[in-house]
Amino acid sequence: MKVTIDGQEIEVEAGTTILQAARMIGGESVPPAMCYYSKLQGSGGKCRCCLVEVAKGSDADPRPMPKLMASCVTGCMDGMEVNSKQSDRVREARQSVTEFLLINHPLDCPVCDQAGECDLQDLSFEHGKSKSRFIEEKRTFEPEDIGPNIQLHMNRCILCQRCVQVADQLTDNRVHGVMDRGDHANISTCISKAIDNEFSGNMIDVCPVGALTDKTFRFKSRVWFNKPYNAHRECTTPGCCGKTTVWMFGDEIQRVTGRKDVYHEVEEFICNSCRFDHKDPSDWVIEGPREFDKDSVINQNNYTQKLDTVTIATEEGILKGREQDRKKISMLAIPLDKEDQEKFNHGNL
Amino acid sequence: MSRKILLDKINVPGIKTYEVYRKEGGYASVEKAMKSMTPDEVVEEVKKSGLRGRGGAGFPAGMKWSFIDKKSGKPRHLVCNADESEPGTFKDRYLMEFIPHLLIEGMITSSFALGANLSYIYIRGEYMWVYKILERAIAEAKAAGWLGKNILGTGYDLELYVHCGAGAYICGEETALIESLEGKRGNPRIKPPFPAVSGLWANPTVVNNVETIASVPWIVNNSGDEYATIGIGRSTGTKLISASGHVKNPGVYEIELGLSVYEFMNSDEYLGGMSSDRPLKALVPGGSSVPILPADLIYKTANGEDRLMTYESLSDGGFATGSMLGSGGFIVYNDTSCIVRNTWNFSRFYHHESCGQCTPCREGTGWLEKVLWRIENGQGREEDIDLLWSIQSKIEGNTICPLGDAASWPVAAAIRHFRDEFEYHVRFPEKIKNRNHFVEEPFAQVKHLVTKQTV
Repeated sequence: MKVTIDGQEIEVEAGTTILQAARMIGGESVPPAMCYYSKLQGSGGKCRCCLVEVAKGSDADPRPMPKLMASCVTGCMDGMEVNSKQSDRVREARQSVTEFLLINHPLDCPVCDQAGECDLQDLSFEHGKSKSRFIEEKRTFEPEDIGPNIQLHMNRCILCQRCVQVADQLTDNRVHGVMDRGDHANISTCISKAIDNEFSGNMIDVCPVGALTDKTFRFKSRVWFNKPYNAHRECTTPGCCGKTTVWMFGDEIQRVTGRKDVYHEVEEFICNSCRFDHKDPSDWVIEGPREFDKDSVINQNNYTQKLDTVTIATEEGILKGREQDRKKISMLAIPLDKEDQEKFNHGNL
Repeated sequence: MSRKILLDKINVPGIKTYEVYRKEGGYASVEKAMKSMTPDEVVEEVKKSGLRGRGGAGFPAGMKWSFIDKKSGKPRHLVCNADESEPGTFKDRYLMEFIPHLLIEGMITSSFALGANLSYIYIRGEYMWVYKILERAIAEAKAAGWLGKNILGTGYDLELYVHCGAGAYICGEETALIESLEGKRGNPRIKPPFPAVSGLWANPTVVNNVETIASVPWIVNNSGDEYATIGIGRSTGTKLISASGHVKNPGVYEIELGLSVYEFMNSDEYLGGMSSDRPLKALVPGGSSVPILPADLIYKTANGEDRLMTYESLSDGGFATGSMLGSGGFIVYNDTSCIVRNTWNFSRFYHHESCGQCTPCREGTGWLEKVLWRIENGQGREEDIDLLWSIQSKIEGNTICPLGDAASWPVAAAIRHFRDEFEYHVRFPEKIKNRNHFVEEPFAQVKHLVTKQTV
């Protein structure tokens, strides 16, 4: 089947969704996805970030689809033409979804452990506005303890329900889910149970925002101060691959996560024993540095880049500024003509 | 006097009971369908009748039935949507409460037509007493041999159950209803697959409104062509209208589609005019989800034709100057009512009932409600009106299910037709802080304060 996304053609198999096809093409036209997770069944369709415009349904039925479609749950048809980023309507819809996601979000990135690897940050960087139109009081939840390993910040949650699907599909006994409805819908355990399943830690990895964070890493470091390495160990937990990324600060392993690809999806799920209990570098066989895409904030501290001598341009800049100020305030030897006086008054001489 | 199809026998004493209902000719359609017709013939009759879904969307019922996947060999289900929770609509309750056997009969005939051996009536939790009435009616029908194994010796089996919802408006959406019926959280599913292919327990399912199913017995008894003679154009048959608001005789009325709105409002047979001498201000013709109409667009459409009670005429002019027939919740307002307050009330409802699954509806309905609350309580800003317009346009069409649309349409229509009233609220907060601000001083008297004066 042939699909065209933003003018780029690709051959896909039947049953591929538009989002998957777009990811095969890669680049700018890949819709953002907050709730879709390719490793979890039944995910997607909820956040409405990945809306695309179907300009032509298929070769058989070329009518355009009237509504914007969620690309993560819409299957490709032969001859389908899709507009993603190049359509104004799609961009506008993504901007509005971003605005909706942010109105009740606490925007506490400065104290959030997810900052730097947060999908919502990426989304708002691309589609958000710097000003909010929301002047109402934000909706908040009472803090809740959901167990010894995972910290729940319900105020930050965007209800993608990935963590619920992890618990359904990886663990054998789900004890948490969505309670209440509407904007008071929240992730909670029923009733005040602790989440202690051996694979529950993957909830942290799949969480696109800082709603579920690692208690053993809490407030330890910003993610961009850590250096990620691929590592593995002989894990005895059945079902665990033992292949992880360890986040190091000096010789200390501060955090262990699954290995995440460019779409922030883990390659393989890992067990809690790997994640929380093995923080000694001697537990791990370090394979080498983990690569990150070039725009990632983690690259700010990248050790794979060539280290050039850093020139601090501060002094030069200060001197330049002083020179400009001097020109502005000093008395001129010759009085200016009318035109120059006008410019002088506005300070651009 | 117009034809009555559903409420024909409603005044017969004891029609609630099986004996009286049977004596009045009840269950004849089941006999006729099972003894002299094939299931496909029943579907064909319903198709010919042009019966449209009475739940609000108005999708042709026969067409919906013909979509059901009969090839897969999976068991099929018929689900009756009795989760009537739309503010302003109470016709299904009336029907189920006073003539429950009509629904049971319709369920049996329709299930036979679809080849369903297991059917459900999903009733809202607040209708607990109606639930009990239906349970008793089913028990009576079962005792009389209309349900169970080998009905009328035809070899056709049908089990019918009533399932009680737990009080969520969203469970009236067909996929959310199916989820709820399966025992899960009532979140709408992502379509496709449509229920006709994969519905209840992944089996082909048809979900129909109570009134739609209750119309089937008459169609089977009197043929689809006969039904199609009632009404105008594509709006065939009769429709139950739940009238409320400032009218003399509120209540449930069965009308032939094609009746003019003027006659329905003012004839003594129906609403009998306004309840007091206060003039008509606005009308919501089809339940809270549909756009509100201002006084000048109620009796006449924008191009001067008479407005009729049909799907087409009420939506004439699109959303700019029209509305929708919806589920038939006919709410009439006189000039004491405040459109802003009314819109806020509707928004509050949608905020409360949003399921929280998809972002625009979850966050947007709450935002709409909060902004409308501020305006109604004298804390509005001039830019809030444009903000409301912007929020509603961002919700509409971007959600999984139609609840998002239903939440944004009333707000959009209120701003479209009553913008000056919003401006009045923003500019004169002291005046509108009084709860009954339009009772002593109707908007017509203060309108000059917000309209541009030309000297």
